[in-house]
Amino acid sequence: MDFLRPTSLADALSAKADQPEAVPIAGGTDVMVELNFDHRRPSALLDLTRVPELATWEPTADGGTRLGAGVPYTRIITELGARLPGLAMAARTVGSPQIRNRGTVGGNLGAASPAGDTHPVLLAVDAAVELRSVRGTRVVPVREFYTGVKRSVLASDELITAVLLPRAGGPQQFSKVGTRNAMVIAVCSFGLALHPGDGTVGTGIGSAGPTPLRATEAEWFLTGELADGDLWESPKPLTDSVRRRFGELVAEAAAPIDDVRGSAAYRRHALSVLARRTLGWAWQDYRTGGDQRCA
Amino acid sequence: MTQYEGITRRGMLGLVGAAAATVPLDSGAAGAQAASGEVTVRMTVNGSATSLTVDPRVTLLDALRERLQLTGTKKGCDRGQCGACTVHVDGRRVVSCLTLLATLDGASVTTIEGLADGDRLHPLQQAFIEHDGFQCGFCTPGQIMSAAAVIAEGGARTDAEIREQMSGNICRCSAYPGILAAIRQARTEMR
Ligand SMILES: Cc1cc2nc3c(=O)[nH]c(=O)nc-3n(C[C@H](O)[C@H](O)[C@H](O)COP(=O)(O)OP(=O)(O)OC[C@H]3O[C@@H](n4cnc5c(N)ncnc54)[C@H](O)[C@@H]3O)c2cc1C
Ligand code: FES
Ligand code: FES
Repeated sequence: MDFLRPTSLADALSAKADQPEAVPIAGGTDVMVELNFDHRRPSALLDLTRVPELATWEPTADGGTRLGAGVPYTRIITELGARLPGLAMAARTVGSPQIRNRGTVGGNLGAASPAGDTHPVLLAVDAAVELRSVRGTRVVPVREFYTGVKRSVLASDELITAVLLPRAGGPQQFSKVGTRNAMVIAVCSFGLALHPGDGTVGTGIGSAGPTPLRATEAEWFLTGELADGDLWESPKPLTDSVRRRFGELVAEAAAPIDDVRGSAAYRRHALSVLARRTLGWAWQDYRTGGDQRCA
Repeated sequence: MTQYEGITRRGMLGLVGAAAATVPLDSGAAGAQAASGEVTVRMTVNGSATSLTVDPRVTLLDALRERLQLTGTKKGCDRGQCGACTVHVDGRRVVSCLTLLATLDGASVTTIEGLADGDRLHPLQQAFIEHDGFQCGFCTPGQIMSAAAVIAEGGARTDAEIREQMSGNICRCSAYPGILAAIRQARTEMR
């Protein structure tokens, strides 16, 4: 087995072009489990931990954030809680402190598990994924990134270099259902972002379909309700029926299966509850002007 | 394996695994003819400079236990879930079962064996004894290494914070009340 240790992005990209079958390893928290249990026997590993370009984040010209694919969750929590409130909330729920010291958003996207905790937030905030190869750079909206269970548009000679997240113009929320507090794969999860700037809302559903999903109908419904009641301008508490209907539409958008972690029916029910609650919290934040509520 | 045009491959990528070092990877699996290239890793372990040449798939945990005979670090699950294998890499706690040794060239590793100051126990080790922070002791090295990092990071201000920060270390004997008390005591002594 080859072990490739590039020390710059350019070298990493040429290595990947040269050996497209090489498996990138960032935090290793997914790859290593597969290696230790012999679920995967790659002919080469491509160590990304020495590529400095992947381990940084910076503000973008439009007030957003370009987050390097290799920035570990711990740094997202400590450095980006205010800039990326939804993503930081999701990061706080990943694994354990030890896993968060190593695990990365690039790895979450690379694994593309429908249960990955960053996906609902990335969908809700309408993030984009920056993919690079020696052929060039392309930016793919995260809504087009996932193509199936653990599959994405990532080509074999490409690396995920960064995630581009728009400025958080309003409250964001993430919530997940699991069997205990630490170290659980989500039974289902939900991300929500309110965008007062253009009067829209964004959603993301995790662990309830072959890929992470958007609840488009629920977004339209809520966008309409908020506009009709002129609620962005004069924010009143949302009625129970609006919150309930939003929850129902989110549950309808899911495509869950029965598995060891939960039944499809349970997942739908739990999603409607998560959606209703996160909407309640986010709207409360908007009304009271605190757009950086902590989980 | 193809050669990069016009650049020395080794210089550019630090690529290891040349055709010269061919050991059959897995004689059991039919048709698995991949050549295994070993990797040399230089690092500091508990303050001593160490150099190891290993198969690239070797974890830090296996290297510590089987190559360096540092068996204080325990293997509970080998999948990141129990925390028994927690050590410090460059001052941050990681689960050594999910850390490839090959990624650690130049790194500094501290294990439970490196915590005491000669014969004088580290305040956490002493506190675990005083507060019955263990029964069978299997999880203890991981608990202590994890706790040492939590205290150093200033993340042990309240009981709730200690519990949250220690959530990656599981104790099958459920010595949690003793562990919590021990960390509380050591926190004061370490400040
Ligand atoms: C005990 C435990 C608990 C966990 N809990 C959670 C949890 O609560 N929520 C959750 O979402 N996940 C969880 N995970 C899974 C894992 O930690 C996350 O998916 C994490 O984000 C993976 O990041 P990584 O950097 O460690 O990825 P790696 O293991 O390094 O890589 C994962 C995949 O992505 C590819 N890859 C990595 N970086 C790139 C890149 N830059 N370009 C292209 N491909 C790339 C790799 O080849 C691999 O296929 C858990 C894992 C463990 C072991
Ligand atoms: S052995 Fe590493 S976490 Fe269990
Ligand atoms: S003391 Fe036995 S597992 Fe913790």
